[in-house]
Amino acid sequence: MRVTQGTFSFLPDFTDQQIHEQVQYCIDNGWAVSIEYTDDPHPRNTYWEMWGHPMFDNPDAAAVVYELNECRKVYGSYYIRIIAFDSSPGWESIRLSFIVNRPADEPGFKLSRTEVKGRNIQYSITPYSSDKPQGSRYK
Amino acid sequence: MENEGKEKEAKTVTEVNLKEDFQASGVADILAELDKSLIGLKPVKTRIKETASLLLVDKAREKLGLVNESPTLHMSFSGNPGTGKTTVALKMANLLFRLGYVRKGHLVTVTRDDLVGQYIGHTAPKTKEVLKKAMGGVLFIDEAYYLYRPENERDYGQEAIEILLQVMENNRDDLVVILAGYKDKMDKFFESNPGFRSRIAHHIEFPDYSHNELLEIAEVMVASMNYEFNEESKKAMAEYIKIRKKQPHFANARSIRNAIDRARLRQANRVFNNSEGPVGASFLSQIEDVDIRQSRVFSGGIDK
Ligand SMILES: Nc1ncnc2c1ncn2[C@@H]1O[C@H](COP(=O)(O)OP(=O)(O)O)[C@@H](O)[C@H]1O
Ligand SMILES: [Mg+2]
Repeated sequence: MRVTQGTFSFLPDFTDQQIHEQVQYCIDNGWAVSIEYTDDPHPRNTYWEMWGHPMFDNPDAAAVVYELNECRKVYGSYYIRIIAFDSSPGWESIRLSFIVNRPADEPGFKLSRTEVKGRNIQYSITPYSSDKPQGSRYK
Repeated sequence: MENEGKEKEAKTVTEVNLKEDFQASGVADILAELDKSLIGLKPVKTRIKETASLLLVDKAREKLGLVNESPTLHMSFSGNPGTGKTTVALKMANLLFRLGYVRKGHLVTVTRDDLVGQYIGHTAPKTKEVLKKAMGGVLFIDEAYYLYRPENERDYGQEAIEILLQVMENNRDDLVVILAGYKDKMDKFFESNPGFRSRIAHHIEFPDYSHNELLEIAEVMVASMNYEFNEESKKAMAEYIKIRKKQPHFANARSIRNAIDRARLRQANRVFNNSEGPVGASFLSQIEDVDIRQSRVFSGGIDK
């Protein structure tokens, strides 16, 4: 099951050229761009690991694509996303975030129903991949 | 995106107008500006013009589908201090931008200390930060040969060199690297680093300035600061150059700039001490020969 989240979730995965152009748009707006990765695709997992620092002073998007490829060398089988922060409101707010790398095999989520008081149902989802410990989920 | 692609295909280019491209790109303006603002440097100017034509023609050929490999643009600028290497690099960055070979056209100037770290694991991130900052523009590495210290086997410079070479090869569309420094040291550096030698396509040599060129540079500098020489002070400047040129640590145009800065200091002092009542612009802009002749150089000393 193809995990989608973020700004371009309804589009097919971007090529590096398309990533470059989106990132350039962010840089030209004065946003700081950063790269994050995770092997926990749960939608409520909002805090992914940071790959290096957010990039503030690179005028050209090639810098981000370069780092993305460095990150892929290490975490090529993980989810990787690009996030753009805008500090102009006075705090760091996310303007845009999109997935730029995903595991070859995405097993999807298990839906469980628990019957509680009054025959109500509580739903929860669990990624099948999180049966395995962190770090050994996508090989 | 897809539509755009189709439109491009439909408009197949069959002709280019080199003269029009030359004017439209703004390259003509830069070359004219280069000619005007820099005194002397004949061989450098010729090389830059040749390089510009080559790149312009390459772009035209690309438009007609005749080339697909992007040319190697990395360069080396060799010459003594103060011969205009940094100044020309700045112009070169702008030129490459106008020709469409770099996307932003900024110049990032670094030396060994900006690239090489102090401990294990420090160098790679440092070098990469610099490279990322330079992407879209030109990276100017001054005194590049200090990266290579064969006498110390574990020198961290080697790590910086390896990353540089990798990026110079793999990210050719993303940045242009210019290595600069003394001619003999650069030659030696290239001899022992074939990786650099093979990745650098353009070697440009910066000759020392002649006495007359230095005097002309002095006049241009003075004029650009809204000062002026009179006949005597020009003569004094000429004599200053003659003596200073033979002294140690002479750094061509940079020594001239420093001499002028000091002359302005003395001029300000003199003007302040001698002025009573209102004074006009010409009084404040004249550099007199005393302002120059008070230099240590005339009494056997050395100016920096
Ligand atoms: N041909 C020239 N005409 C006018 N000014 C020059 C010329 N060459 C150098 N200068 C001036 O001399 C100074 C030193 O030049 P720079 O480019 O820093 O030399 P380098 O990098 O070779 O040491 C700068 O202030 C520059 O503007
Ligand atoms: Mg310099």
